[in-house]
Amino acid sequence: MGSDLTRYLRVEKLPHIWCAGCGHGIVTQAIVRAIDELGLDPVKVTIVSGIGCSSRAPGYMNFDTLHTTHGRAIAFATGVKLARPELKVIVITGDGDAAAIGGNHLIHAARRNIDLTVICYNNTVYGMTSGQYSPVTPLGSFASTAPYGMVERPFDLCELVMGAGGTFVARSTTYHARHLTNVIKQAIQHKGFSFVDAFSQCPTYFGRRNNMRDALAMLNWYKENAVSRDDWAKIPPTQRGSKFPIGVFKDEEAPEYCESYRKVIEKAMKEGDAK
Amino acid sequence: MEGKTRLWDVKINSKWCKRCGLCVAFCPRGVLKLDDEGRPVVVDIAHCTGCLLCEMHCPDFAIAVKRSE
Repeated sequence: MGSDLTRYLRVEKLPHIWCAGCGHGIVTQAIVRAIDELGLDPVKVTIVSGIGCSSRAPGYMNFDTLHTTHGRAIAFATGVKLARPELKVIVITGDGDAAAIGGNHLIHAARRNIDLTVICYNNTVYGMTSGQYSPVTPLGSFASTAPYGMVERPFDLCELVMGAGGTFVARSTTYHARHLTNVIKQAIQHKGFSFVDAFSQCPTYFGRRNNMRDALAMLNWYKENAVSRDDWAKIPPTQRGSKFPIGVFKDEEAPEYCESYRKVIEKAMKEGDAK
Repeated sequence: MEGKTRLWDVKINSKWCKRCGLCVAFCPRGVLKLDDEGRPVVVDIAHCTGCLLCEMHCPDFAIAVKRSE
């Protein structure tokens, strides 16, 4: 990254702690590039994360940042956004953080349609603690706690957030870095709850256990299995195999929570004055 | 340079690079190569088109592609 983008980083904290070939740096770069291309005022961007490899990202990002407790990033972000609705609040989370321990925060923030941008660095394992399976680990794949293959069916996080009422939902991968940057830009601009499922390779704890020996093998797997939303719809469900759709799945308008809440406050104040 | 005008500069920050090799794998023009220690080096800058694939896929923020001055 050139100095035009590294100015958004805390360069004194680099090199980062992520493993060689980890996708999290690619997603982090995509976020920073999206913020730069949108011309956002860095002072008005707040980044909130929970716990996990993904959630180390804000530590390297030169904005107001909050590194919170496991699964609770969206809860903290909700507080920030309600108190300071003029801020762009971006939540960086992982699949374990967002879908397991923070699963309820995710669905209820989506239900309320609060104006947050949640970017899930989805590497399908708990990388920080050496690769236990998460709620999105693909069926049959191997993890430290699934030595005979994953027996549980995974969440499709995009379907989950859409079902819960999120108004902007998209997926991309680190292979599709330019596309990923573009969907993050759209997500940040969207008014209401936006969610980006960013597939990010964990070569150390997922790839090596699943016949992908390095980061490049994992990126090639994304390349071969990602299909556009329109092509996905044409594949009969029984023939989808390991393929997955990428793109923007939902982009709708609905009443935004902070605005609705402000109206309640105004109404209550008026009624209070009348008494 | 084979008479070509150098249009781009590719700078690699070796202090941040973790030698994953993605930049070399993604370069469509053979501009980058891994040296004997697995570090990416610029070997053919004349063929760089400034596509940014190396920069955008670098997980370590370690590559900067800029227009040549």
